[in-house]
Amino acid sequence: MIELSLTVNDTKVHASCAANTLLSTFLRETLRLTGTHIGCDTSQCGACTILVDGRSIKSCTILALEADGAQIATIEGLAQPDGTLHPIQESFRAHHALQCGFCTPGMVMASKALLDRNPSPTEADVRHGLEGNMCRCTGYQNIVDAVLAVAKKPRGA
Amino acid sequence: MDDFNFVRASSVADASKRAAAATEAKYLAGGQTLLPVMKQRLASPSDLISLSRIPELSAISCDDDKIVIGATARHADVAAHPGINALLPALAVLAGGIGDPHVRNRGTIGGSLANNDPAADYPAAALGLGATIETDKRHIAADDYFQGLFSTALDAGELITRVVFPIPRRAGYIKFPHAASRYALVGVMVSQSATGVRVAVTGAGAGVFRVPAMEMALARSFSAASIEASTVPPTDLTSDIHGSAEYRAHLITIMARRAVARALGESLS
Repeated sequence: MIELSLTVNDTKVHASCAANTLLSTFLRETLRLTGTHIGCDTSQCGACTILVDGRSIKSCTILALEADGAQIATIEGLAQPDGTLHPIQESFRAHHALQCGFCTPGMVMASKALLDRNPSPTEADVRHGLEGNMCRCTGYQNIVDAVLAVAKKPRGA
Repeated sequence: MDDFNFVRASSVADASKRAAAATEAKYLAGGQTLLPVMKQRLASPSDLISLSRIPELSAISCDDDKIVIGATARHADVAAHPGINALLPALAVLAGGIGDPHVRNRGTIGGSLANNDPAADYPAAALGLGATIETDKRHIAADDYFQGLFSTALDAGELITRVVFPIPRRAGYIKFPHAASRYALVGVMVSQSATGVRVAVTGAGAGVFRVPAMEMALARSFSAASIEASTVPPTDLTSDIHGSAEYRAHLITIMARRAVARALGESLS
């Protein structure tokens, strides 16, 4: 076991794991943050998307040890402590942007990364930004609507 | 995946030293190919040597005649780099079309070139732009670097440190991506510079390759029309569930024409 220190949702964490532990497994099994879902475990579906130092990544395709020293944001850190949803979460709810909900944590985190980088995306920008996230309930239209609803209006629109 | 010794290299020299000392070492950059391959147990290295603590290895710099990209520069950083967008936009476009946003936030140019997947984008950039791949031991011209399916001129333990792209007069890249994986079913990089025209094709064969007939036609007249009738014979091309060799051969001409049009700033259907 190797020690690592990182910050997860603004909380400092010291833990240890085997070298071959994936960050997704570390979050779910060591830290018990099971909001990050593992869909395919092959870097395709995006259900495990989280933010590492502000950038969206697939947590099933990075070693936990490679996140040593990093700032991690997962779905658990979005809502307020009193349960008030993050605007993206609220918009997903309002627009029926989830059906079974399995892809939703990854979709929301990918949407956050997209909006942090580009607060006024076009529909094409949103679809491009969510290209790494699959929804097998085929709910993409409502997901795109939800993200566009929390986005600032594009310049000139 | 099987377990391994995990070490963080503190410098390029340290990485080389640690690789030499291990039974079977692999360098870990972004891990976007290596980790999936290890999960499938197609690779089970004894040691993974992380390159994440060597900041100088990810530097990107531009001057009037070349762009130098550190081996661990992420695809997203290449795609967004103002200098690359100004001087060699075809390279930024190529990097911005790899995988998806999350993969681009981890994957690196050095990792892509070391792996040399037959459908990866960066091999087309390196060969089509006449890049030089620099390692901890030597400089390798792209023409000598790619050696077919997942094969390169790299020796065991040799580490790519940076990739140097000369800036051409014009260049264009376009790919016909596989709808799910975003890998190139066929991708073509075309460039024109003082040293000539290059046409490099990825996705269609066992590895990236140049098309001399198209290069000669484009050297005579750099226009999409001049390669309209130029085809690559399907004999040595890939046939798989995604497309036949004939289909790929057909796509090469279409993608090459579009790449030329892009290089010229034209739109072409």
